[in-house]
Parts: sequence; C-alpha cells; structure tokens
Amino acid sequence: MDEKLTTKLRILSDAAKYDASCASSGAPKRAAGLDGIGSTSNGICHAYTPDGRCVSLLKILLTNYCLFDCAYCINRRSSNVERARFTVEEVVSLTLNFYKRNYIEGLFLSSGIIRNPDHTMEQLVLAAKTLRREHGFAGYIHLKTIPEANPWLIEQAGLFADRLSINIELPSADSLARFAPEKKAASITGAMSQMKERIDEAKEDRRKFSPAGQSTQVIVGADATTDAALLNTSAVLYKDYALRRVYHSAFSPIPSPSAVLPMKAPPLQRENRLYQADWLLRFYGFTADEVASASRDGMLALDIDPKAAWALQNRERFPLDVNTADREMLLRVPGLGVRSVNKIVAARRHTRLRLADIGRLARSVKRLLPFLITADYRPTRISDRANLRPNLADAPVQGSLF
Amino acid sequence: MIRVGLGEGADLDGFRAAVRGLVARRAPPAEVSWCPAGQADLFGEGERGEESAAPVGLPRALSELIRLVVCHSDCERYALLYAAIWRVLNGERALLDIQSDPLVHRLEAMAKSVRRDLHKMHAFVRFRETRDPDGTERFVSWFEPQHFIVEASAGFFVERFRSLVWSILTPVGSLHWDCTALTIGPAAQRGDAPESDAFEDAWRCYYENVFNPARLNPKVMRQHMPEKYWRNLPEAASIAGLVQQAPKRAREMIAREAAEREKRDPLKAVAAMAGQGPQTLEELNRLIAASEPLTPGANRAVLGEGPMEPAVAFIGEQPGDQEEREGRPFIGPAGQLFDKALGEAGIDRSSVYVTNAVKHFKYEPRGKKRLHKRPNPGEVKRYRWWLQRELSFVRPKLVVAMGGTALLGLTGKPPSVLKTRGPIAFDGQPGYATVHPSYLLRLPDDAAQQEAYAAFREDLIAVRRLMGGSS
Repeated sequence: MDEKLTTKLRILSDAAKYDASCASSGAPKRAAGLDGIGSTSNGICHAYTPDGRCVSLLKILLTNYCLFDCAYCINRRSSNVERARFTVEEVVSLTLNFYKRNYIEGLFLSSGIIRNPDHTMEQLVLAAKTLRREHGFAGYIHLKTIPEANPWLIEQAGLFADRLSINIELPSADSLARFAPEKKAASITGAMSQMKERIDEAKEDRRKFSPAGQSTQVIVGADATTDAALLNTSAVLYKDYALRRVYHSAFSPIPSPSAVLPMKAPPLQRENRLYQADWLLRFYGFTADEVASASRDGMLALDIDPKAAWALQNRERFPLDVNTADREMLLRVPGLGVRSVNKIVAARRHTRLRLADIGRLARSVKRLLPFLITADYRPTRISDRANLRPNLADAPVQGSLF
Repeated sequence: MIRVGLGEGADLDGFRAAVRGLVARRAPPAEVSWCPAGQADLFGEGERGEESAAPVGLPRALSELIRLVVCHSDCERYALLYAAIWRVLNGERALLDIQSDPLVHRLEAMAKSVRRDLHKMHAFVRFRETRDPDGTERFVSWFEPQHFIVEASAGFFVERFRSLVWSILTPVGSLHWDCTALTIGPAAQRGDAPESDAFEDAWRCYYENVFNPARLNPKVMRQHMPEKYWRNLPEAASIAGLVQQAPKRAREMIAREAAEREKRDPLKAVAAMAGQGPQTLEELNRLIAASEPLTPGANRAVLGEGPMEPAVAFIGEQPGDQEEREGRPFIGPAGQLFDKALGEAGIDRSSVYVTNAVKHFKYEPRGKKRLHKRPNPGEVKRYRWWLQRELSFVRPKLVVAMGGTALLGLTGKPPSVLKTRGPIAFDGQPGYATVHPSYLLRLPDDAAQQEAYAAFREDLIAVRRLMGGSS
C-alpha cells in the first residue's frame, strides 16, 4: 500500500479510537453471493491491542477535519492534531483488502463534520452503499449517524448499515452546552427516536433497517455526573430508544488537550464498575435504582463489584438454597453468572445439587460460599460476618500505571 | 476387550460406525478400548466399526457434543464419548442437562476448548496474497490449531470467501478452495505459505494506532489473544514496543498543556454550516432522484410537477406503473380520471401543482405485470421529510390531500378519509381532504362509481371556490 495512504490510515485510525464500540454481532445471518464477498458472524475479534480492547472492525474516520469544537474530542476544530481525509474509494478499497486477508469483520465508519452535517452524512452513506452495491460486500457495517444532518439521510443510512449509532458523549444537556457548543440534546434524541421508529417498523415489515439496532457512548469522568445518574440515563435510553448497548468510556487524555478539560489518567476502574452495572441492568433483572441503592453519594464502590455491593446491602436475602431458589434470585448471587444459573436450574430438575456440583457449575465456589445452601452445605449466617467485604473484593482489573 | 481402531484426527465417521456396532452388541464402555491412528498399542491397530449396524438415536445435544469433542486432541476423547452415549442409552436420557456430573463436565470442557479453538482460527487466520504459476490470485494462510479442527473450520471460510481462491495450511492438514469446490489436503509446513503481504504494513499501522497508551492492559490482551498465536499474527510484532512505550506516552499526554490553535479557526466554514440542505426545489429533486428507494423494487423516483407558488397543490398516494415508466405523476388511468374531474370542476391542470406523498412505485410482481401495492404507514413516514421540504419550496396557497396516504404524509397521523373530507388545516395552512381518484376506479358497480365520481367532482368545485375561483 502506498505511503500516502498509510499516513492517512495512521491519522484516521488514531482519530477514531476513542469510540469504545467495536461490536460486530447482532446482524442477520448473511453471506455474499457468487461475485460478492463476506458474511456475518456472532461477532469475531480478529485481534486484541495491548489495552485489552478487541479489534473487530476497521474503525476509521472518513476525515478528522471538523467544524465542531467539542472540548473532549481530539478532532475538535481548535485542536492542533494532524489532519487527513480519505476519499470514499479509499475507504472502500481498504475495507475490502483488509477483509480479504481476514483482518476484520467489516467497517465502522465515522467522521468529523466537514462542509456541513448533510454533506458528511452523505459521504458516510455513499461508502456503505458502494461496498454493498458495487462490491457485493456482505460483512458488517456500522455507521455513525450525524444527528445534525437532515432526517432523510438517516432513512438512507439504515438501508446499508447493520448498526447506526449516535454518541451522546455527555450525559446532561448542561454539559453538552458547555463542552460541545455545536451539539443540541434535542437533535440527538430526535435522531435516536427516528432510528428507533424505523428499526421497529422494519422488524414488523420484515425489512432491513439497521438490523443490529443502535447504540451510544457516554464519556465518564469529563464532567461531574455521578454513576447513579449515568445508570439512570442508561435505563432511560434502553427503555425509550431500545438501544442495544450504552457504552461507558473513561475520559482519556488526548494528545492535544483543551483548556476547559484538564487531562488526567482515565478512571478505568470506575468505567469497569459501570460496565458491570450495565450488565446487571440488561441481563440480571436489576433496576437502576437497585444498583444505585448500593452506591455511596451516587458513586459505585471501586473495591467490589456492584452485584456484590448490592448483596452486602441485602444480606437478609441470603443464603439461598440452590436446589429451590428462584432463578431471579440466583442471578443476584455474587459470583453466579447467567450461564451458571441456567446450568443449575437445568441440573436440579434431575438431581440434588451438592457443593462439589456447584464447583463444576460455577467459575469459583469460594466466592459463593457465604451466599448458598446446598444439599450438603450451609454457611454461617452472613449477617454475623464482618469480614465479608474484603473476601468479595476482586483484584484490581487494571494494573496501576502511575 | 473389544479394540476399536480409528482414523487420524477427528474421525467422526469411524466413531459413528464403531458406536453403531458396539451398541448393537451391547458392549459396555469398560470392555472397549479405543485406538486412534498413530496411537496403536502393543497389540497393533484395533478393528474397524461395521458400516452395516443400525443408526443409534441420540438426543440432538449429544450429537452436537460428539461433533465437537471428536475434534479434541485428547486421545481419551472417544472413550469418554462412548461412556456418555452408553449412559444416555441406558436410562440417563437427560444426562447432558446435568452439567455437574463429572463426565458431562469434562466433555463440556473439551467441547468448549474445541469451540474456542475454532473461534480463534476463524479470528486469527491471516491470508497473504500470492500468485499461482498460472497467474491465479490466491490467498494463503499458515495456521497452527490446537485441536483437529481444520475440516470443521472450513464452512466458515467457504461461506465468507466464496469468490476468492484460497488455501489454509496447517501442520495437520490443509484446505484449498477454488471458488467452486473444497479440497482437503495433507499436512503442510510453514515454509509453504508466502512470507509477506502488501497490506501487512498497513494492518500493523492500523493495529498500532487504534491502541490507546493511556489504557494499557496487556493482561486482558493475553487472555483473549494467547501468546501461542502471536508468531502467526503479523500485528503481534508491534506488541512489545507498544507496551514498553505506553507509560511514557501516557505521561506525556497528561503533562501536556493546552495549546492555542496554531492555524486560524475556520470561522467562515462554521458559519456556512448552518445553510445546509437543498435550497431550491431543483436541488431537492436531484437529491430525491439520486436516493435509494425507500420502498423496495422501484426503478426511479417520480417527482412533483407544476408551477411554483400555485393556487393549489394536489397530493396523491404514489406513482403507478405508467407514471414510473414515464417519470411523470398522474398520467395513468387514475390521472386521466383526475384530469377529467378537474376539467369539469373548472380547474386548469397546468395551473396546479401535483405530486405524491410517496415518490416511488411500490408493487407486487405478478407474472409480467406489476400490481400496485399500497405503501404502509412506516413507508409513508419515511417520505414525509421530502414532502414537507417540497411544499416549503412550492408554497401553494391551498393543499389538497387525495386519499389516506396523502393525509398521513401531510399530518403524520393515521387518517380516516371519511372523517376528514372537506376543509382541513395542515400545520396551520389551509387545506382540503378528498378521496384518491384511483378509489373511484376500484368501486365494483357503475352506480356507486358514478355517485363517488360526482362527490369527487363536488370536492374539486369546493376546492376551486377556496382557490378564489381564479381558474
């Protein structure tokens, strides 16, 4: 590949990496015809970078020139970052060449705002359309939606993309006004509603419109929003816009910082706790209020995970008998995941589960001991135990850097 | 003791045949010893299964488990599987539900390991482009799987890279695809695959730049991408350097002071941003014509027609077969009826603007014919943006909705034509609602048709009066 194009790739992949999403799952099962290329999967990570993040898609910006001036963003117009711009043909060719070598599942294309939002969105749609129409590309395509663009462009984007997303970035209208002066909360929610409506209609009509749904990202630690407020925002987004996923991304220092947001190490542990809490909302039947009830001043504990924190606040509900307890309650046991719970529920129809059995069904039995009763085991009452918290603390996920 | 001999690697067929024979003979697991090829013991190769024995009915979940576990590299795999089959056939039909059972637990762990190996192979195969002596472009990969999964992995690559010629070489066998057929070949060596590819530098460049040094976490990376795979991953060569440099890069970013922008702010461009979108009807029409139809199957958009700032604009449903062929609205049978009624009501067609709520022809193919299909509410809504913008350019004094689709397009609300016949306001602008002329054509008997036509004509006369009788 020629040097000029490699330089562009360097600049425009660097510029895109602050978007946490790299999901390639949720698309309908699909494979290219005889003269096309590609198929969908349940999500394959083709590589992992040393930050532990998955590389599934070619995640790039069409351009990092931008007319907006969002303080948290490396690409804001007042940043001194090096600029570049791909042509649509370059994006298409790069995607196909990477795909043929099995480097990626598809393309995640976003862009700085050039000329105007409509023009930018048209270019994004054109890249997706060219891949699908001219090259019979059946791989995954995620397009960033520009909420300030005219709504008919969203109608077009959904025809070619598997997923559309708009990043809220800042969780309150107030922060948005302060740090992202060109953005308006109303255009963001308006575009999200439009996408939700289309996605729902398409499902009913058995058509294709962004079949893998929509997602969003919220930056954590750029403003003073508490975890409880963030989780509330997530709960509202899941309910009102049927989002597939709300990503929380720790605000990361960027090479060309803005004066209004002082740089510090990203709050990765906090991000991880929010990630765990998000799973509790989506798969474990917790409400945002329940998760928040185990926080302090609206902030999740950093030493233990939010499920353990909830269990410690609700000790009177434990221990549970694995052979009789409801599935909903088993999901609330710290250390039992959805899969383990499903296995327990299936197995106990045929047998009385003993502690050794649980050892084979769960990842680690030690963590579970204070919370479970089995056919041959009963713990001391946990309300009497003071040393529970340190036992539930997990090793810090992130080795400290500084 | 019955000794069963099996082929190399994952011999699913051999195992199946053997199990049929053993089950027919009611041979308990303790009396069977399994000898995969290359693991013959002192007594030499074992006997092969009989093809003739009857198939054994197993729960689907067990068949799936067998398919995976035969790929495992553990030489006990067949014995463990047969033990599970035996128990399932002898009173423990639900055995696989009990994942706490030590045998099931072990088999599930083996299946998981195979599944993971397959997943990693799908993820970590890296093709390098080369040319065969006859000039064919071929993508070749060298990969080292942990289990006997080469054949099991093939379906994924065939489906994904059907139009490419490719080979995957491994120490235990190889796959070759020529765009039509898959060939399973013998074991290969690393040296048989090309050493480089023109896109690997770009891929490494991408890999290095999506890494965020402020988030260094090599432990998680190693969990998902174990080191044993690194030697066949071109990007892995960058890992050591990235990890080593990360703390310094992160410290520098944090220490850096905010700087003033070196180049002048693009203030003019920012100001110009506000005036986006089509500024004239022509620009809007160009945009609609270039857009993908939002109802499937249409060939082209049919745009509105008529003078600007007219006394009245008529909004119909969608173009029909003839309208689409000629690219003009209201020229088919319904259009002709509309013209007739307009004439009788004293309105000159050339003085009014006509357009449709939906700009593309939605139809159902029936032999050579294309039968009109009514757009559903979702489709009408998708076209609303354009209709609204169109009317904002045309600026008619009065808007007439003909039929439910037009009403929905204008109001965004599901209408009932009968309740909304007569004068109506659209967004505060004067309007009028009536039926669509095609409705008249669909009425079954003459009398009803004539009655409805008369009412339609009366509506148009009322419209003319609202126009101020100018036509």
